[in-house]
Amino acid sequence: MEKQLKVSAIKDGTVLDHIPSCQLFKVIDILGLNKSSNQITFGTNLDSKLLGKKGIIKISDKYFESDDINRIALIAPQAKINIIHDFEVVEKRVLTIPKTIRGIVKCMNPMCITNHQVVETLFTTIVESPDFKLLCHYCEKITDKENLKIISNNR
Amino acid sequence: MPKHLISIHDFSRDEILETLSLAREFEKNPRQPILSDKIVASIFFEPSTRTRLSFETAANRLGARVIGFSDIGNTSVTKGETLKDTIKMVSNYSDLIVIRHPLDGSARYASEISSVPVINAGDGANQHPTQTMLDLYSILKTQGKLENLKINMVGDLKYGRTVHSLLQAMSHFNPEFLFTSPDELKMPVEYKEYLTNLNIPFSETKNLSKGLDDSDIIYMTRVQRERFTDPIEYERVKNFYSLNLSMLSGCKPNMKILHPLPRVNEISQDVDASDHAYYFEQAENGVYTRMAIISKLLGK
Repeated sequence: MEKQLKVSAIKDGTVLDHIPSCQLFKVIDILGLNKSSNQITFGTNLDSKLLGKKGIIKISDKYFESDDINRIALIAPQAKINIIHDFEVVEKRVLTIPKTIRGIVKCMNPMCITNHQVVETLFTTIVESPDFKLLCHYCEKITDKENLKIISNNR
Repeated sequence: MPKHLISIHDFSRDEILETLSLAREFEKNPRQPILSDKIVASIFFEPSTRTRLSFETAANRLGARVIGFSDIGNTSVTKGETLKDTIKMVSNYSDLIVIRHPLDGSARYASEISSVPVINAGDGANQHPTQTMLDLYSILKTQGKLENLKINMVGDLKYGRTVHSLLQAMSHFNPEFLFTSPDELKMPVEYKEYLTNLNIPFSETKNLSKGLDDSDIIYMTRVQRERFTDPIEYERVKNFYSLNLSMLSGCKPNMKILHPLPRVNEISQDVDASDHAYYFEQAENGVYTRMAIISKLLGK
């Protein structure tokens, strides 16, 4: 059978591969791609030896700062980031959870000020992946992997 | 940027010791009107007796004038004003803000909005650093030192913010802890991890009579009804511990009983006359330590 890319190649930009299919739309949300004017193609439920089913996102002419791209490490730690120039992979990046995380994670403490007034959340990573723990800057309580909720960018 | 006191971590070991020695000076001479040109705003979104009165006494003793409220019923909060807007306005009127608020993290948020120093007088179940400072002052005064003490914390170790802050503050001084609580109210894992990481020894028991004889400080706490969402759980644990005079016969002579007050049934009234009881003096110490904190944050 002829080998064929299910999601077409890009000339320049960033490819995010090995995203768990169930997290694909959250990754799009965290990176704010729904508001991007770049050309973006994505696929989901593609076959993957590593994950069973995976998602992939290709963004033309877009390169992320490490702090921005690392935010997806919370929900897709195994994702592979490939930087593309002229159809070639010129750099592979490994994700690490950023030391501070602003605005994308909801504090699990229902009495935290961030859950009652319009206050942007801010966490310090005190234990890194895989079983990460995030310390809330405001209420000083820990939000862990099991209780992670992502705040939507679509507000 | 103004210096605030929101969490006990905001003060280093040296700053804690400096504040305590300043408190000692104020205790020797409590009438020092060094802040007669200052206005202190005392804004209490939640009820309080000791904390509010001792802060206002401290500010008055320093010669400052006090504005504020102790009941949000008379304020624009009832009209839906956000904390941000209240703080913006109050920081324009005053030189320092003392805030108590029912939400965790509210004081940290207030400090980021305010243009003047903010002191946290209790943010929900999170921190109450001035209580910790007066607890440290009481320990220092009664033991003559802060180092190498055995501290037995009793009661509600899960929701009690004073025990959490005291544990963190004492970690500078090589303590040993015993945690006495029912299973439902055990010290949370994150604080035990914190101690483990610092190699500070601790043990846990359900039995109050077990840890009394070799403790230097017994820190009693009330089981706080307002922290429980389940009234049945509250009823089950509320009278779990009651310290009475007959239990203190084998205690070390230097041992003192502290309690952030108000107490309900956890310390029997027959303990009040004992040499070990220190909780009322402890409350008085709140005025001197708060004088020290206010004057330190206002750079006097």
